[in-house]
Amino acid sequence: MVERKDKTARLRISRGMPEGKPYYDNFDVPYEDGMSVLDALRWIRANLDSTLAIRYSCINANACKTCMALVNGEVEYTCIAKLTPNLITVEPLPKRPLIRDLVTDIVPEDEKL
Amino acid sequence: MPHLSTDVLVIGAGGAGMYAAIAAAQHGTSVLLLDKAQVGRGGATIMAQMTVAVALAEQEPDSVELHLEDTLKAGRGLCNEELAALVCAEAPKRIREMEQWGTRWARENDHIKQEMAPGHSVKRCCYVDFLNTGPAVAATLRRKVSEMSAIRRISNLAAVEIIVRDGRAIGAVVLDLVDGELIAIHAKAVVLAAGGLTKLFERNSASANMGGEAYALALWAGAELIDMEFVQFFPIGHLAPRLVGMDPIMWDPFRYKLGGKLLNGQFEEFIDRYGSTDFGQYNATRDVAAYAILKEVEAGRGTPHGGAYLDFRHIPEAQLRAAFGPVIDRLLVNGIDLTKTPVEVGPMAHYHMGGIRVDVNMRTRIEGLFAAGEAVGGSNGANRLSGNAITEAFVFGERAGISAADAARRGSAEWDEKFADETMERLKSLGEMSAKNVIAPIALQVELQKLMWEQAGPFRTGDKLTSALSRIEEMRKKDLPECRVGSEHRFNPDLHDWFELRAMLTTAETIVRSALARPESRGAHQREDFPIADYRFLKNQVMEIKDGEMAARWSVPGRLDRSQAIHG
Repeated sequence: MVERKDKTARLRISRGMPEGKPYYDNFDVPYEDGMSVLDALRWIRANLDSTLAIRYSCINANACKTCMALVNGEVEYTCIAKLTPNLITVEPLPKRPLIRDLVTDIVPEDEKL
Repeated sequence: MPHLSTDVLVIGAGGAGMYAAIAAAQHGTSVLLLDKAQVGRGGATIMAQMTVAVALAEQEPDSVELHLEDTLKAGRGLCNEELAALVCAEAPKRIREMEQWGTRWARENDHIKQEMAPGHSVKRCCYVDFLNTGPAVAATLRRKVSEMSAIRRISNLAAVEIIVRDGRAIGAVVLDLVDGELIAIHAKAVVLAAGGLTKLFERNSASANMGGEAYALALWAGAELIDMEFVQFFPIGHLAPRLVGMDPIMWDPFRYKLGGKLLNGQFEEFIDRYGSTDFGQYNATRDVAAYAILKEVEAGRGTPHGGAYLDFRHIPEAQLRAAFGPVIDRLLVNGIDLTKTPVEVGPMAHYHMGGIRVDVNMRTRIEGLFAAGEAVGGSNGANRLSGNAITEAFVFGERAGISAADAARRGSAEWDEKFADETMERLKSLGEMSAKNVIAPIALQVELQKLMWEQAGPFRTGDKLTSALSRIEEMRKKDLPECRVGSEHRFNPDLHDWFELRAMLTTAETIVRSALARPESRGAHQREDFPIADYRFLKNQVMEIKDGEMAARWSVPGRLDRSQAIHG
């Protein structure tokens, strides 16, 4: 296995709360073959900006189905969307009410307070 | 202060929590079922791919007694035999009940198909194809829960403290992750079903949302914990190449079915060097395999990512495809071609044998407080038999739900807003961070995970554990109050991390203290400075908070009265 740790992926991430105008932050993340978009988002939270709001539970298995976002304009599970060593834009789901950054309201109505 | 009220509060909505909610509702009480992720989608249950151990005797002759014998043997003499017997005896009822509720167990020739798994003496483990057991049972329970009007489900609520008044659990304070507010819940009985603690370790296989909160909540409430030193490290979790969309422990059944070879970094078989035979078979127990792999790594014979190779290249492609089914294509999407490349595997934290100390009715020593599922300690002793985790989630869940419903029907202490207010004011003052607040809680979580892996992981020594303990205490007392959480509380990930970290540190400390106090190697607890199992420590450690400090004492394992027949 040849790893290419010298490569970098750049993520352009939509930020903000519903009442404000969304803005974009760019983050550079060390890239390894096989990485997911969620891997990159978690790396950003642990290393660059812990305030980035994201939603996930199972990380690896695509079992919890809660990590959806728009990746380059397409609705994807970020845990199985592959990262590439290029620019990737990540935005919240467009048809769900925004809560913060990439987190939208995906909870069914009968599971709310 | 906002507050909710219910008969039975169930904290955690994985397999055990949902089962408890259903059982409590069937016994005539109202139920509030919470999860910090989404109901039925977080926790470990949904991650489980296979298998579920149950003495159905559909595949070949089997009995509850034999299942129990295998469970106790795996537990290395430390099982609470009454709890283990309960799991084995009630398992057939629960598995058939799940079938009635819609789970389609894999079948052949008109019977439920049962497979062999490590440590079992007969073919006993049922499953749902393909690698879909966890998601399938979670879906069954989600549907069942949603059909019961007595159960109210709420997602994105994280329990941060149990409210105890006069020695009785009367509710909980929870954090609403969405708006960042604390909410008090009044309950006549509380079931802790918030799972295990795999998130404490850098290498882990399970869902990311289990940081040992159930144990910390129980301990703070005044309940006892047992066997906290026994963390199961799954021997062949996936390390490399990067694999997404699959559970990292997926290799287990294939290695068994196909005879995948475990090889060291020099492509030699090695399990037989460590007191077990493994050639062409899959019968090395989990603790032996984990130990052997890491010893090879330590001797400089590991793979590039610090594990062993799992090699299927000697198996014809048609046979691989028949066994892996659609999974082989999912592997190809990840760039993994098993006919050409071995994968790298190694131990990772997978399950916790220890946990909340309960009796056979899932009662803790705090009145009104119950536990279920992986949160319960004792039934698996020093090492869990494969396949028993989902089984115990169902069995303990059902039992806890009934017990909690009984307790709720007997009524409860008076509720007064001020009981919750005291807890909430204290928690809020904790959350108001000092002026120096520069560390993000996630940075401390990452540090703790690395520290636990390196100093309290599969190989332990007194020196490493002492050093871990001193840093964990420092993090708890000095760093935690100085964390940065930000003033905007709406879906504030730093705030979520902070409360999680608070529980993680307490639970991590119970593991390290228990591991330090056990100078022997037994099952999942391996001390390099005390490599032999010592009969003098054929006993359990019980941990509690006494005068504000953690205190441990020894206790004799609960033994079964052999003159009594085993029944549920």
